[in-house]
Amino acid sequence: MTRRVRMVVLALGGACLAALLVAACLGMPSFGGSRHPYGDRAVHASLSRQTANTIASVNFDLRAFDTLGEMSILFASVLGTVVLLRQTRDEKRAAPEPEAVVPPVRRYALIVLPVALLTGLYVIAHGQLSPGGGFQGGVVAATGLHLLYLGADYRALERIRPIDVYEIGDALSASGYLVTGLAGVLAGTAFLANTLLPYGTFNTLSSGGIVPVLNAAIGMEVTCAIVVLLARFLDQAVEIEEEDGNR
Amino acid sequence: MSVLPYLVAVWIFLTGCYGLTTSRNLIHAVGCLAVCQSATYVLLLAVGYRDGGTAPVFSDLKPGSRPVVDPVVQALTLTDIVVGATVTALLLALVMQVAKRHGTVDPDELRELRG
Repeated sequence: MTRRVRMVVLALGGACLAALLVAACLGMPSFGGSRHPYGDRAVHASLSRQTANTIASVNFDLRAFDTLGEMSILFASVLGTVVLLRQTRDEKRAAPEPEAVVPPVRRYALIVLPVALLTGLYVIAHGQLSPGGGFQGGVVAATGLHLLYLGADYRALERIRPIDVYEIGDALSASGYLVTGLAGVLAGTAFLANTLLPYGTFNTLSSGGIVPVLNAAIGMEVTCAIVVLLARFLDQAVEIEEEDGNR
Repeated sequence: MSVLPYLVAVWIFLTGCYGLTTSRNLIHAVGCLAVCQSATYVLLLAVGYRDGGTAPVFSDLKPGSRPVVDPVVQALTLTDIVVGATVTALLLALVMQVAKRHGTVDPDELRELRG
């Protein structure tokens, strides 16, 4: 197909799709309306199970099974990236040379690094109470770790970031999620049903039954997954070279 | 104009589709796919919005004192973002392999399959 023919096909298909989508939009309930039956029921269910953050309740209680599927996608993508970005036969590893870092950058990175890590862990731990949770906090913690790469150098980052440990952590937290679900089955209820633990007192760290447990498992998995992903891409950019010396 | 937020989502989606089809660089194509996906965030959040609503988090909000926006679509958006980010990483890894094996990232030049 030449580019010209392709553009004609695109214009035709795009116009039809646009017409259909606009027609669909005109049939939608009006923006900002007050009728949200699912939302109201989710809020009710969340409050009845002592979970202050309704979104955490939706993700780790009402839709916990869907989150399992989502976690599997995350896990599979990381696995795929690790396989795709491995060192191949015609490549070699070269030790990266340390580069000088401008002092203000170094100072800023080293001051912010512990703050970023702590913030990430805080967001994970308070997932069932305040906005945030395992997904968001995991990303903050994992990227915060990489401030060491900006502030010091690649060697320093590699020293505090043994990839094997994070790969094992990724797998362990994924299975931790499954085991929490299976524990419910063994206790005589449905898979991933929130009946295993007491719901606790509203607005405390231990409230919400299995929500904090699943939230912590996801937080650990996301942290490990992002660290492994970034490590593989950094390896490609910094360390792995072709035999003839090109990156 | 109560339909405008939905139309914005449609517009972003079609822009992403246009970019995907006319792209001459695989990295650009992955970026366009991310644009397509961000249309779904706009659509989901527009569906869940409620006039005068606040975040559905009750740590400092008395239940029932204010309307809250739909938490279900917010959870779906969260799911969407996480899956999107990791799938984008996987696609970029694929692009790196294509660039290494074929020496090009132009989809038009990738005519035949090679081992």
